[in-house]
Amino acid sequence: MKKQQIKVSTANGRNRRQFLKTSGLAIAGSGLLVACFDDKELYGNDGPFDLGGGDLGVLNYAYALEQLEAEFYIKVLNGTYWSGAAEEEQTILQDLYNHEINHRDFFKTALNANFDADVVLPTLEFDFSSVDFNDRDSVLSTAQLLEDTGVKAYNGAGKIIETGAYLVIAGKIVSVEARHAAAIRSIRGGDMDDFKLFAGDDAVDPATGLDGAEDPSVILAAAGGFIVTEFTANKLP
Amino acid sequence: MSIIKLLEDFTTDKLTTEPSSRRQMFGSMGSLGKKAAMAAIPFGLAASTSKAKAATTASAMQTYPNSSLQLALVLEYIEADFYAKALDSGVLSNYPKAEAIYMQISKHETAHVNLLKGALGDAAFDAPEFDFTAGGNFDPFGDDGTNDAIAYQQLLILAQAFEDTGVRAYKGQATNLMNDPGLLTVALQIHSVEARHASEIRRLRGIKGWITGDERGMGVPPIAQPVYIHEDNTTHGGVDVTTLGDGSPFSFESSTEAYDEPLTSDDAGAIAALFLQN
Repeated sequence: MKKQQIKVSTANGRNRRQFLKTSGLAIAGSGLLVACFDDKELYGNDGPFDLGGGDLGVLNYAYALEQLEAEFYIKVLNGTYWSGAAEEEQTILQDLYNHEINHRDFFKTALNANFDADVVLPTLEFDFSSVDFNDRDSVLSTAQLLEDTGVKAYNGAGKIIETGAYLVIAGKIVSVEARHAAAIRSIRGGDMDDFKLFAGDDAVDPATGLDGAEDPSVILAAAGGFIVTEFTANKLP
Repeated sequence: MSIIKLLEDFTTDKLTTEPSSRRQMFGSMGSLGKKAAMAAIPFGLAASTSKAKAATTASAMQTYPNSSLQLALVLEYIEADFYAKALDSGVLSNYPKAEAIYMQISKHETAHVNLLKGALGDAAFDAPEFDFTAGGNFDPFGDDGTNDAIAYQQLLILAQAFEDTGVRAYKGQATNLMNDPGLLTVALQIHSVEARHASEIRRLRGIKGWITGDERGMGVPPIAQPVYIHEDNTTHGGVDVTTLGDGSPFSFESSTEAYDEPLTSDDAGAIAALFLQN
């Protein structure tokens, strides 16, 4: 197979920035420039960071979700539930920790390689005070929620992606999120003798056999409880 | 879509009363052997020998989602038929957990078949006959006297191969559906369900729900290796994810597990062809 290249042209943003820098206007008074150019992200104005639209918006969105998942599993591996968990559960959660950190750092690298640093989502702060990392059920139910949410998020974001190479990469990741979701669900299902929970009727529509797909606005509203750092997704559906 | 042409030919040959018109359509290629050879022709070439030959550029573009959905329909037919026969075989009667899992998966695969047939309309085709022994390599339903314990293991191995193939095949078609956001979303919604299935079947077999390197997993014979070819890729969009940092998240194992790879139409079709009745 021909190797996909993630590098895409971001000429507009870069050119404008370079133009403004060389012309010295960038330092002159950003308020005026913002008004003139309507390009707020470039100058980090007072409003919260916006994810942006199109490919940039989706990549920032995915980066936000992967940061959330990675931070969650870092906390899981520091909790007493994990350190005393059965071997199978320990292994699964450690794998999920590995995969989500890898995803997070992939998006950080890919974004910075293709876009100006000031339009790349910064490192977010999270609040997991609603989760008891010393409690098995609290950890596993939150893991299920996050993995199912990840699946719905990527499934819903596919149609926003403009570049085929990015769509393929999102596809490479979403199926792994779905594998995770099924594994966590399978463990929880085993507890309750529900052997169909890995792809339960609550996640996969039994009439159509379809998984969920949601727009970023729905996902971010649902995940918002965990996210402290304010940002907006005004250019995404 | 070489495999599709092969299937169409098999199924239509049985139904049509006008063999001469079929022959005309395929030119001088009349023998089954030549039809089978067509299955190995790359996607674009096969399309150019079919009805699409005379199509305008615009309508040729429109056949793209159809060929993607037809490949999906073949794979869903295989899965739906496989799980129905597995549940019917009695092999699972001593394995209630597996039986429950197969029932849930069977429900989804049947729904996927119906969904794809509906989406394809006139471009849909009937299910061909499948050979789940793959030319005598397996006896998953115990039809040939294989005892239930061994047949059970073969049922799981085949299910794993079908589900992991399904995940990769849908992923490989995603870019062909970009012009139709509705279809793309539906394909993605099926894709992630296949991944849920794959994870569960793999774990039922005692291996990880995700694919490490290009490993088939214990007990899976080499004939299934095409299902895992190139799964050991660590470079995505020019970024080698093993170089992103130190420690366990960036090991070769983690880096390959964290990303599933797409499969081309040809590679997916070749896997499907292993289970065609001949």
